[in-house]
Amino acid sequence: MTEGTLLSVEDVIVDLPTPRGNLRAVDRVDLTIGAGRTLGVVGESGCGKTMLSRAILQLLPKRAKLSGRVMFDGQDLLQLSPEKLRKLRGRSLAVVFQDPMTSLNPVLTIGTQLIETLQEHLELDMAAATRRSVELLAAVGIPAPEQRLMQYPHQLSGGMRQRVAIAIALSCEPKLLIADEPTTALDVTIQAQILDLLAREQRRRHMAMILITHDLGVVAGRTDEVAVMYAGRVVERAPTPALFKKMRMPYTEALLAALPKIDAAPHTPLPAISGRPPDPTRPLKGCSFSPRCRYAWAQCHVEKPRLEESNSPAHQFACFRPIGTGAGAGA
Amino acid sequence: MLGFVARRLLYLVPVLIAVSLLTFLIASLLPGDLAYTILGDQATPEKVAALRQEMGLDQPIWVRYFGWLGNILQGDLGRSFRTGQTVLQAVTERLPISLELMVLAQVIALAIGVPLAIICAARSGGPFDRFMTGTAFGMLSVPTFLSAILLIYLFAVELRWLPATGYVPFGEDPAKNLRFMVLPALTLALAEWPGIMRVLRSDMIATLQEDYIALAKAKGLKASRILFVHALKPSSLTLVTITGINIGRLIGGAVIVETVFALPGIGRLLVGAITTRDLIILQGVVLLVGAGFVLINFIVDMLYAMLDPRIRHGHA
Repeated sequence: MTEGTLLSVEDVIVDLPTPRGNLRAVDRVDLTIGAGRTLGVVGESGCGKTMLSRAILQLLPKRAKLSGRVMFDGQDLLQLSPEKLRKLRGRSLAVVFQDPMTSLNPVLTIGTQLIETLQEHLELDMAAATRRSVELLAAVGIPAPEQRLMQYPHQLSGGMRQRVAIAIALSCEPKLLIADEPTTALDVTIQAQILDLLAREQRRRHMAMILITHDLGVVAGRTDEVAVMYAGRVVERAPTPALFKKMRMPYTEALLAALPKIDAAPHTPLPAISGRPPDPTRPLKGCSFSPRCRYAWAQCHVEKPRLEESNSPAHQFACFRPIGTGAGAGA
Repeated sequence: MLGFVARRLLYLVPVLIAVSLLTFLIASLLPGDLAYTILGDQATPEKVAALRQEMGLDQPIWVRYFGWLGNILQGDLGRSFRTGQTVLQAVTERLPISLELMVLAQVIALAIGVPLAIICAARSGGPFDRFMTGTAFGMLSVPTFLSAILLIYLFAVELRWLPATGYVPFGEDPAKNLRFMVLPALTLALAEWPGIMRVLRSDMIATLQEDYIALAKAKGLKASRILFVHALKPSSLTLVTITGINIGRLIGGAVIVETVFALPGIGRLLVGAITTRDLIILQGVVLLVGAGFVLINFIVDMLYAMLDPRIRHGHA
């Protein structure tokens, strides 16, 4: 663990027993994030990004098996007692879930849900906690915050609810915020607002943030580093500018190609990635992406490429036929 | 909220009219002539005809219904032709016994069922959960008369802690009254806690899968707060419903338990009225019990709204 590292995920494996056999949701993932830095985790549905975030939070389903190490702020979260873990959660490790329609308790007021976190971790009295809740709601752009405290989640729009969820996550000034697809359930018009709010608060509070999304466009201008996940593995990892300048993994390229482009001619069909991700209960021998990869050759189908650095140590990828080596793009 | 209460109260009017109509029809359709019943086998046809005229039995049924309804609205539910007691007197005399029994039984059943349900849900699939679920299933299939007799045998005959049968009014001697009420209330509670436990347990297990419970955990809240504040309230709608049904059922008295423990409650009043063909008492009591049932359901609706703000705001 290097100086300034806040979270390091080392060799993490998450196995879920299913009736069809063992499902390896996360397969030997290594990630680090420094204090105050932002990391984007990108991948399509089912690639294991949510399971990875749950593994960091220690909120996996009961039947899930987790192995590896999750070091946060100098402590191994897997070895922590439940009581110590509880004191850490919400205090220095916070999360915003995907769907604000289901992540707020429908029978408790906004105020209760904000104040309980403040009182749990900061030992504030009721008046101070209420004052701080109003400030927090105002900070995340909620109009008339005093009245909101008395309201229930169903009285707020989806965007407003996600702002409340963000206010709850920010309430105790966490060191790390995990935002798990925070805009997927929201209207397109609201998405940019919520992402900008997260980016602004992240900078203002010098908090580290993991932004999980299926949309490469979301992480483009908002993260320091990007990790691309496919079939439970990190397949490419690079500083954000380097990734967009020169992506090496064919899967990353395919993901980017699948984004609609603003300067494309009208009615241009979107290039979808053909095929489907592999069945996670039936692991492939070779590269998981090889059946869908247009560059794949014989080696890709029989051997799993490791995540390795190339000419630049910060840029890692798991591919035998990376783009731009002549073997990949030239083929 | 006020509009919600007023709307629900308005719904009660047609329901209560339907209850009164059904009560009257059922009592009228029972075989046998009321006049014969009153006068006995030896009555002459002339006497019967005279009595029928006096009681209005020769009138068409709808005239009799509206006459009866009119009297009720003026507070007159009629009078037993056997004892001369009015329906209201008979009910007010016996209702406190049935109500006390009902309240005690509910309190005991909830005190057993709710904590067990929460513990089982928190550790669902564990050995305690499986043991309790099995026990609850077994208890559900024990009939009331059997558990009553077993309880009497254990606590009254063997241990001699509590009296087997009898009753003393609460106002006369509260301690003695409670001693008489414990076994009957326990008998009823033994039949009811398994249902309470099973519905609350399964609702809690479903609630504990919700995203907002995951968020509550991610917020670092204490396990007790997550269970009692975040999970219990949204899980208790079915619990409130079945408690409401239990209460409504027991307003009409617990016939078997009142009989076994010799408690002079509503249940025994009804059974007595049926065996002696005391139709006036029967239809009056059934009407009052029906109205009580409707009222309990109204209270259950109000509790729903208190538990879930979405119902109160008309979103659900």
